[in-house]
Amino acid sequence: MSSSPSSARWPSCAGWRSPPIPSTRRNSSVDSATCTTARKLWPIGMEAAITKKDCIITAYRDHCTFLGRGGTLLQVFSELMGRKDGCSKGKGGSMHFYKKDANFYGGHGIVGAQVPLGCGLAFAQKYSKDETVTFALYGDGAANQGQLFEALNISALWDLPAILVCENNHYGMGTAEWRAAKSPSYYKRGDYVPGLKVDGMDALAVKQACKFAKEHALKNGPIILEMDTYRYHGHSMSDPGSTYRTRDEISGVRQERDPIERVRKLILSHDLATEKELKDIEKEIRKEVDEAIAQAKESPMPDPSELFTNVYAKGYGAEKGEEGGAPGGEKGQRLQMNLCHGDITAPDCKEWLGPWGNH
Amino acid sequence: MAAIFQGLGAAAALSPSNCFDSNKLHLHSRRSLSGRKASFFVVRSDGSVNFASNSRGHKAQQLITNAVATKAENSAASTKAGHELLLFEALREGLEEEMDRDPHVCVMGEDVGHYGGSYKVTRGLATKYGDLRVLDTPIAENSFTGMGIGAAMTGLRPIVEGMNMGFLLLAFNQISNNCGMLHYTSGGQFTIPIVIRGPGGVGRQLGAEHSQRLESYFQSIPGIQMVACSTPYNAKGLMKAAIRSENPVILFEHVLLYNLKERIPDEEYICNLEEAEMVRPGEHVTILTYSRMRYHVMQAAKTLVNKGYDPEVIDIRSLKPFDLYTIGNSIKKTHRVLIVEECMRTGGIVCLSSQDVPTPYAGTLEEWTVVQPAQIVTAVEQLCQ
Repeated sequence: MSSSPSSARWPSCAGWRSPPIPSTRRNSSVDSATCTTARKLWPIGMEAAITKKDCIITAYRDHCTFLGRGGTLLQVFSELMGRKDGCSKGKGGSMHFYKKDANFYGGHGIVGAQVPLGCGLAFAQKYSKDETVTFALYGDGAANQGQLFEALNISALWDLPAILVCENNHYGMGTAEWRAAKSPSYYKRGDYVPGLKVDGMDALAVKQACKFAKEHALKNGPIILEMDTYRYHGHSMSDPGSTYRTRDEISGVRQERDPIERVRKLILSHDLATEKELKDIEKEIRKEVDEAIAQAKESPMPDPSELFTNVYAKGYGAEKGEEGGAPGGEKGQRLQMNLCHGDITAPDCKEWLGPWGNH
Repeated sequence: MAAIFQGLGAAAALSPSNCFDSNKLHLHSRRSLSGRKASFFVVRSDGSVNFASNSRGHKAQQLITNAVATKAENSAASTKAGHELLLFEALREGLEEEMDRDPHVCVMGEDVGHYGGSYKVTRGLATKYGDLRVLDTPIAENSFTGMGIGAAMTGLRPIVEGMNMGFLLLAFNQISNNCGMLHYTSGGQFTIPIVIRGPGGVGRQLGAEHSQRLESYFQSIPGIQMVACSTPYNAKGLMKAAIRSENPVILFEHVLLYNLKERIPDEEYICNLEEAEMVRPGEHVTILTYSRMRYHVMQAAKTLVNKGYDPEVIDIRSLKPFDLYTIGNSIKKTHRVLIVEECMRTGGIVCLSSQDVPTPYAGTLEEWTVVQPAQIVTAVEQLCQ
């Protein structure tokens, strides 16, 4: 069995076969653990072609991407449950996973907005002469956002190493692509920017495409990749996923194009492992997942004081003493105090008038 | 950014005893702030005042509405040494000094490069620093602001110029969701050291869409800082501080103030981002203002002084967060507040409101972002002591 790190990751995505974790949320209609299934394998194919110095940014379906960048199962489940050990300390949630040390930039709720961010990452890479690229992921729904075309225009003008990846699962929540896009050939919509269509259910094809795209982007500027995939479950907890398509369609894709089955067949046919070895790996991964869930459940909720942390960074002005202006100390407390409109651990509003109110 | 200190006491019911009357002013006793009926008025830039003249015939002065580019009277920097320049040159000087100091600083915006900037703030910089540090963008505010934010996530320090503040409305999603919230939703992993700046305010017949005041629109976005400059001295100081800050800062400039002239120090200096400026100390009333209205207020102050009043004028400079320390001390002294602003009436800050944080994911924290009944009960009890 191949021992490269990325292939050891593939089965862990199989753990996502289980239904999404029930509620950690109160408002399930906004859930976007978004049934990360779809057996999302292709980010792993991408990881095989790039390094951790290359940047990835995506929208809200970021769980597998986060794992691919080196995130742990505990961080994922804790964050989904809103616990302290989550990757964003419980304050981001399902749609806001980030991993700065692995150049994973999230995790964004407003689809389409991450594409200009991604082009900004590519700009920073060009600025620093890093010889790295950025993969900015978006879905077929977000492909109709104007800011995408704006960012593509600027990236092409400035020759940025940006790779725009359209993850086309053919449905924008409940709207099929042919009802939302006059031209659903998303890889062709770059006009002056070349595009490639890739079978997103074939992880090895994805790997080759990403390798090609990286070489291209470093030399010639932006390129578009369209990954043809599919989403088995509904968009969220409140979407059964069957009101806008037939169950036959879903099971058809599952039978013919499932990415994990394809890899399994390849492994078996090339005698890289036996059936039993694969089953053992799957069992082990399931155990890992169950343990991580149990551990996450034990993780504490964030402290009440975390409500006010990380709103601002300690920057210029709040603490300064050296150059110009007032010294820190009492005045330096101002920024934090102005944020706090009350003492939330006890219903005592003594602090509510701010630093000058206690008379 | 509208009427702010309504919570100081019961809303001012203006009675003759509260009106400006030089004989009565010093008789008001110094009770505790929360128990006091503080009197305040809000004056809009069209000159209208919510005010009732008292029986002694004292009438509200109609504020003069045409712009007067006067020198700041109490400039903290009036030394004989130093050099004289116009406000837009001060901004440029600050920008240039920071670009020299830190190679991560870059500027992007429409016509900032080869054209030199629509208000000449970036003139000459493209020739000096090249096309990769002073970037001409197409007319695409939403995306180039987003790109600035993405670049800031990696550690660059971009300055995004909106040719007019009103154009930045197109980038509101990026400013609100990505700029303001990323530090929080990432659990502190990313900071966004971006500066978003541009001229706003009412100019000279520029039309409705080019005369917008966006302070109140951006005010409730958690996670951003807002400052407004009004003199060449604080323009340069605030520009430098904003660039050095780890937080996203929106720097509001005013279309009609770019040609103000002042002498500023030769030595390097920075203005504190969260500090208000005491323009004229006084005893009788606190007047809070910012940006262009500062000059209207100072003109009115001259008249007030001639009539025997002693107004204390504070240029709040920091629009988010407010410098409650300076403002609070002033109000404790005078017990009267007059707010003069150019922004629209609706929208603003009441004292009891939702917490200034993005809504966190964890259910328990989320509950605490909004005002709970217990807090309301306690606050009312305190006010009625």
